[in-house]
Amino acid sequence: MPSAASSPSRKWASRLFLSDYFVLYLSLAYVAILAPFLPTLLNPANISNVLSNLWPLLVVATGQTFILATAGIDLSQGAVIAVTSVIGAMLIAVTGNAAVLSNAPIWGVFIGEQGGILAGSIGGIAVAIAIMMLVAILIGLLNGVSVAVFGMPAFMVTLVTMIVIGAVAIYLSLSENISNLPDAFVTLGKGDLVSVYFGAQDESKIPRKIIYSFVTYPMVIAVAVAVAAHYLLNRTVFGRQVVAVGSNKRNAEVSGIPVRRVIVAVFVISAVCAAIGSILYSARLEAGRPTLGAGTFLLDVIGATVIGGTSLFGGKAKIIWTFFGVLFFVLLSNTLNLMNLSAFQVDMVKGAVILAAALLDVLRTRLTRELT
Amino acid sequence: MGDLLAFEGLSKSWFGVPAVSDLTLAMRENSLLGVIGQNGAGKSTLMNMIGGIVEPTSGRMRWKGADYEPKSAADASEAGIAFIHQELNLFTNLTVAENLYIDGFPRKFGMIDWATINERTRHILGRLALDVEPSVNVGHLSPGERQLVEIARALHNEAELVIFDEPTTSLTPRETERLFETIATLRGEGRSIVYISHILSDVKKLSDDVAVLRDGKLVDQGPASDFSIARMIRSMIGRDLGGQFPERSNTPTTSAILSARSLSQPGVLQDVSIAVNRGEILGLFGLMGAGRSELARVIFGLDPHETGEIEIDGKPLAGGPRERIAAGLAFVTEDRRAEGLMLEAPIAENLALVSIDRFGKKPFMLVDRERVAEETEAMKDNLSIKAGNIARQPAKALSGGNQQKVVIGKWQMQSPKLFILDEPTRGVDVGAKYEIYTLIDRIAATGGGILMISSELEELLGMADRIVVMNRGEVVGEVGRDEFDRETILSMAFREVIA
Repeated sequence: MPSAASSPSRKWASRLFLSDYFVLYLSLAYVAILAPFLPTLLNPANISNVLSNLWPLLVVATGQTFILATAGIDLSQGAVIAVTSVIGAMLIAVTGNAAVLSNAPIWGVFIGEQGGILAGSIGGIAVAIAIMMLVAILIGLLNGVSVAVFGMPAFMVTLVTMIVIGAVAIYLSLSENISNLPDAFVTLGKGDLVSVYFGAQDESKIPRKIIYSFVTYPMVIAVAVAVAAHYLLNRTVFGRQVVAVGSNKRNAEVSGIPVRRVIVAVFVISAVCAAIGSILYSARLEAGRPTLGAGTFLLDVIGATVIGGTSLFGGKAKIIWTFFGVLFFVLLSNTLNLMNLSAFQVDMVKGAVILAAALLDVLRTRLTRELT
Repeated sequence: MGDLLAFEGLSKSWFGVPAVSDLTLAMRENSLLGVIGQNGAGKSTLMNMIGGIVEPTSGRMRWKGADYEPKSAADASEAGIAFIHQELNLFTNLTVAENLYIDGFPRKFGMIDWATINERTRHILGRLALDVEPSVNVGHLSPGERQLVEIARALHNEAELVIFDEPTTSLTPRETERLFETIATLRGEGRSIVYISHILSDVKKLSDDVAVLRDGKLVDQGPASDFSIARMIRSMIGRDLGGQFPERSNTPTTSAILSARSLSQPGVLQDVSIAVNRGEILGLFGLMGAGRSELARVIFGLDPHETGEIEIDGKPLAGGPRERIAAGLAFVTEDRRAEGLMLEAPIAENLALVSIDRFGKKPFMLVDRERVAEETEAMKDNLSIKAGNIARQPAKALSGGNQQKVVIGKWQMQSPKLFILDEPTRGVDVGAKYEIYTLIDRIAATGGGILMISSELEELLGMADRIVVMNRGEVVGEVGRDEFDRETILSMAFREVIA
């Protein structure tokens, strides 16, 4: 059989191209090429910033990876982030601002002048987080059951959930942010475990703004979620079932895979990951924001996942790919910002990159075909 | 008269396995060449080469004395060669006229010229004595009428050579007669025909010349008048009929593994009762649409049934495939690409799919990868699946026969009590067929029960202990191995169709 990989250099190139680490190499090459032109790129402050953008997106994209592995799509993740952000914040805010919120339907029910009904204790925060997860699980179940049991297309179902849940999020606080979140909660989004200070210690107290956080709570949470997800998807019976459903649904059904249960489960996983992302985003903002996850956020999530190499056609997904995809995507956004491009220009470039990623997926598939 | 189409040393191999080898054959102008051979003899590969779908590995084709190297189906159609396939290539959602003109609508002032199209279509349909309106959707036509529309398309494209591939499989006897009249009309217009069929008497009746293929080689040819049916069979098989199948190595018991009683589902099954015993291969025969595969899907829990019960080992079966697999059922479906395999996934993953629950280690149900590797490797050796590294090689890289072994193997991993095999040797080459038959015999010999569905009667005659015949959703007869007789079984299968 004639093979495309006849010459050694082409063989080497295609091995690189098909490697699990291809997108990581791509990211490193991207940084190496741009670093001389963008000196700020490798500044500790910027690296710290890149990392702080990386972790929440990684958690959300991890959830989306499970959905894409079954050849589905979840457009409602952004709305889940928004609604759980508002719900969490309204329960735990230390004080409520009557001037902003007094017309909102939640005012006087869940939140008042003296704060949210669960404000004031660590236990209250834990309960609020449990409620956020519960809301996410319910939305995930609604999506999953509609797709798996009633056989509606995932695109349609989650589009509707996105619109409706997104609207609920805005309605709850009448589009206002709910601020004054307790410190213990904010720590989850910003707190550092290891920070670095560059420079001489002239004063006994180093000003906060020149300490750069590297190991943070979001990092610990995101890495824990990603590692657990990696094992779940690649090593467990459930993970095999997810991939089997995405590879060939009819075959999975004939082979006795509980197809419906698997589909419901991935939608729940996706929503829960979105809610964990919501905690990280809300804590970082120190507010519950009903417009979190709106706009082109979905593009970031699905784009990063697909750039990593997870196929939109299902059956081909790895969490490590998603990690590298998110890394590349965050670097891309960051560098475009450093180039002083406007938000619109940034979106145009991002769109083009996702298109390139889709093309890459096709090329990779073709290469694998030639090599086997 | 010169040669219309000639092959000189034509060969094609797939993954090193020859499908057609060193074929040299010529057909005269305005003649009818009958081509016969078993499934896997190389007929379809030969036709695909003529049709520009498959490129020959070596050798050449000549068309009207000039070199002929079609690169696509359009090239073949351009040259004047038309195909009437077994599975018709019509757009059932479009009208008759649209189907005829799909590759180029005549236009008037930039708009599609419907008046001309309808007029010409009506003219062509008239020549074939097909009385339907050009504006009728093809989906509304009967199989026979659809075939005439295909022929109309060939006429529309001014085809000089029309190739029929098993044209009578889905036709009623009356429609078949009409097809033969149409073929006579085509010949009267000076067109040449290649006629491929399993129905040897038709081939003898219609042909001027006959060519017999076996294992990719031309093994016999000559004027049809020199061919008797017996000579055709001898040439096709090339050995005793018995040689195709392994000896059955056990006698079935009389204790039932599977018993289905009075299964009914409106429009699909009507009061079907069937039982498979331990160690028995039960053949299920019937024409297309007789309800064979539908019965299998009902038994396996993929499709619903309104009344009747199904028992395995005396216990009633309920639930979907998952519950029935747990009860000991296995189902090799007729469409292995769509329902039997994850084509992109490694062979080992395919083999472990059905039994994956078994490999989960508590508490997190992590897959015991070492045991998966061990057991899938053992299954590969056991079934002699010809593959390299099963942990990396995707299932799609295997030949049809080896793919089918993977499908059987993934069920074997679960040691089922009853195997339902729907067309187990479809798209499998001759050599691998024998291996699959041996495998089936081995399963029965170790006490398993087998429900084997096939459209190839020979296969059932060779393998089954008993044959049940279905017709239009009903069981119409049952024949024990001692009373096996082609004619009897075929007449049962055709009963209502003829009546």
